[in-house]
Amino acid sequence: MTAKVSYGSVEVGTELPAQSFPVTRATLVQYAGASGDFNPIHWNEKFAREVGLPDVIAHGMFTMAEAVRVVTDWAGDPGAVVDYGVRFTKPVVVPNDDKGALIEVSGKVAAKLDDNLVRVDLVAMCDGKKVLGMSRAVVRLA
Amino acid sequence: MALDQSFVGRTYPPTPAYEVGREKIREFAEAVGDPHPAYVDAEAARALGHADVIAPPTFVFSITYRAAGQVVQDPQLGLDYSRVVHGDQKFSYVRPVRAGDRLTVTSTIESIKSLAGNDIVDIRGDVHDEAGELVVTALTKLVARAAEEA
Repeated sequence: MTAKVSYGSVEVGTELPAQSFPVTRATLVQYAGASGDFNPIHWNEKFAREVGLPDVIAHGMFTMAEAVRVVTDWAGDPGAVVDYGVRFTKPVVVPNDDKGALIEVSGKVAAKLDDNLVRVDLVAMCDGKKVLGMSRAVVRLA
Repeated sequence: MALDQSFVGRTYPPTPAYEVGREKIREFAEAVGDPHPAYVDAEAARALGHADVIAPPTFVFSITYRAAGQVVQDPQLGLDYSRVVHGDQKFSYVRPVRAGDRLTVTSTIESIKSLAGNDIVDIRGDVHDEAGELVVTALTKLVARAAEEA
């Protein structure tokens, strides 16, 4: 494991480069196929509305996968992630248009731990709402 | 109706081995739009100290969630799957999942809680490789929402 960021170069409060991830209906269909999660709330508007959702929503695991990219792109080695957890607080609603939705992720170093580990706290927003809670990753730096 | 507390601590038999394919990793990385070379290029992965291409951190969920199905669909437990939503997800990695891994998952019910009519079940999935080494532990919180009053 060889992260490209050194432990000594970061401090509590260091901000990671923020990123935005677009998601459309096509993205969700592709993710359903790749992950094997074919729950119709992620692609069938009629079904989603019948179970009380405002529209089709993104897979929580898709949002979780995007959010950690702020950490893996920064660290340089995706294998440097030691722990990663989220709470699914609000759905990412994906309208059936060309634009879809935008997941905006920022992160900062919240704690420096032993063994070159740091804890990064992530914030994932969509449409002005926080879509993940307690989103934290522990990553091993160089 | 609250779920039976005696299921806490129950461990289900390990799943049959899932062989992680490099094309499946590529497909997953493309689906999440992640161009990191360690997911598709063995040389790039080796330059980072890995034995082969590695999978994105959340890839393993498709394997652990299928395994958690043993719990969710256990008729004796009686969880109402039509009301289940995914509450929390956590992973603790010993090492990244990589192409060629043959992974088995052992699911354990960590806790069962009842809160305002909702049933909350925490399932731990321990993922081992062919050598029996622990690769990753997945903690999945499922919430079965309270049924509406008739």
